[in-house]
Amino acid sequence: MAEASILVTPPDRFSGIRTRAESDRRRRRLVAIVCAAVAVATLAALVLTGLPETVGSRAWHYSLDRLTRHAVAIVLVAMAVGVSTVLFQTVTGNRILTPALMGFDSLYLLIQTMFVFFMVPRPEAIAGGLISGGLSGFLGQTALMVVASTALYLWLLGGRRTDIHLLLLVGVVFGVFFRSISSFFQRLLDPAAYLQVQDAMFASFRGVQLDVLVACGLIVAAGLVVVAALGRRLDVMLLGRDPAVALGVNHRRVTIVVLVVVSFLVSASTALIGPVMFFGLIVANAAYALLGTTLHRFTLPVASLLGVIALAGGEMVLGALGVESALSIVIEFVGGLLFLFLLLTNRAR
Amino acid sequence: MTTTVLESRPRQRMPWPALGVAALVVALFASVFVGAADITVWDVLTGGLSEAHRVYLVEARLPRTAAAALAGASLAIAGLLMQLLTRNRFVEPSTAGTVESAGLGLVVVAILAPGAPIVIKMIVAMVFALAGTALFLACIRRVAVSDSFIVPLIGIMLGSVVGAVAAFLALSRDLLQMLNAWMLADFSAVLAGRYELLWLVAVLGVLAYVTADRFTVAGLGEDVATGLGLDHRTVVALGMSIVAAVAAVVVVTVGALPLLGLVVPNVVSRLVGDDARRGLPLVALLGAVTVLVCDMVGRSLPGLLAGGSAGAGEIPVGTLVGIIGGAVFLAMMLRGVRNG
Repeated sequence: MAEASILVTPPDRFSGIRTRAESDRRRRRLVAIVCAAVAVATLAALVLTGLPETVGSRAWHYSLDRLTRHAVAIVLVAMAVGVSTVLFQTVTGNRILTPALMGFDSLYLLIQTMFVFFMVPRPEAIAGGLISGGLSGFLGQTALMVVASTALYLWLLGGRRTDIHLLLLVGVVFGVFFRSISSFFQRLLDPAAYLQVQDAMFASFRGVQLDVLVACGLIVAAGLVVVAALGRRLDVMLLGRDPAVALGVNHRRVTIVVLVVVSFLVSASTALIGPVMFFGLIVANAAYALLGTTLHRFTLPVASLLGVIALAGGEMVLGALGVESALSIVIEFVGGLLFLFLLLTNRAR
Repeated sequence: MTTTVLESRPRQRMPWPALGVAALVVALFASVFVGAADITVWDVLTGGLSEAHRVYLVEARLPRTAAAALAGASLAIAGLLMQLLTRNRFVEPSTAGTVESAGLGLVVVAILAPGAPIVIKMIVAMVFALAGTALFLACIRRVAVSDSFIVPLIGIMLGSVVGAVAAFLALSRDLLQMLNAWMLADFSAVLAGRYELLWLVAVLGVLAYVTADRFTVAGLGEDVATGLGLDHRTVVALGMSIVAAVAAVVVVTVGALPLLGLVVPNVVSRLVGDDARRGLPLVALLGAVTVLVCDMVGRSLPGLLAGGSAGAGEIPVGTLVGIIGGAVFLAMMLRGVRNG
């Protein structure tokens, strides 16, 4: 434990010193605790403000059940997005990359469209809910997305290092490309089927089924176990390829394992609620800024907690303003501004 | 930059302008006669055209063909101008936030003055497009020109931020559907009386051709251009105004055609080099032919896929242009990396 933290922050060993390292650690712990408290408070507020006044009535139980599932969905998505973005940025060595920027949201839309187009040509099957919400639909979409995104990532990122801006641009163009193919097939759909696809275009936490939540929770938990098993090797990866190899980390293998985990996490969260482009970029960079460190045992939980705060708080604020469905638009606006800021101030590398 | 096989051969053996004109004539001709209503050349020549067909031809088919050709040619020219002025091969109105800014202008005018005539809407869209392009230029002035991939990235992100503002405004006023319909290019709604403003971009195209040499010189960089006696600022302002006007007119009348202005000028510059006066007519021809062909495919493909049954709908031309443009763009970037 101790030797790895020395590795990552070598200056602490020489000058000034134990006290500063100690105070840094205390500050980070404090940030994590405050984030956790605020996250719990926001979630509780989201559930409590949604409940009707008469405690114990049938409507109360119904709302409690619905809001609890809503809250669990938010936690799962925040964890999946926060963890996957931080990991993705670690293996790519770059703070502006996120899975969503690599054409992921439009890949999701494409798969969703293809699902509707090929699997459900008949209106009866659409009413059966295979597309939105059902467990088989969720698992099918997740599996397809894992395969497609793993192939894409390994092709783009698994080989030699290329120009990071080229990589991003390729991802963005893939986005345009996938979206065009989606709209091609959407044009061929009948109106009832088209409504199903349209539902999937905006992220929504409402009406998630229990079995789907459990399945998603299992995938996220499995991903976290793998991440925990990688442990300190992730911090070493931050040093870059050559130092990591010199320190005995199998860089290529860790990269591939991380990319596969990222694929699973992002696929599961996207299949659960729909695309939240840029969201990971915001919470990951906010976590780095608040913590002043890139050690994973701090950044992974804090990014997830910030995700919970942003999603639950955002839903409440927008709900109060009467524009609930605008959350993904607001995320895109804030995320886009942050992305531009990072690009223009040259913190990209 | 253009290390292609073509350059190692003695150049200009191919009569590209003649080929381009021939392709355009064939495409125009085909576009008039391919489609749902079976109008044959024979009927037109012998006067054996039914009254319904005659009306359809004049009111729908000919305007549609003209609109496709004008939009394609003008967007390709706009792409060429932007690439010269920013000295970056990956920039065009849809990778510089220009198109999204025009869309924002449309939403704003739809909220403030819903009943305004289309000319007013277009002027507002144009002002927004100009402002968006100016913002883009201000942003890229801050980054190193040498990094050719970061400039389009900034433009695309700027576009998505502006697009998010437009979507938010549209959502809060129930205009989202209108915005989406506006932004996706589709010529099926182009009828006589609804496209004529596109002839404006033909004027802008001629203006670009007349002033083409200045853009070529401006493309050498601010220092060189000023040294050669060019008022660089004025030329950049002129070029960007043309680009913004073209983007706004096309978005208002037919919708966005993503990546067209990027692919066409790049293909042409590989064929004949970077001289704008030489390249510009070819860029216009190829742009028109591309959009005409995409429109024809979009018109006939769903019917073919559905086994020839009528009413299978159309694939919007914006979709096909996006698919082809995306594929060519990807190939270009990945190949450029392998060669360089």
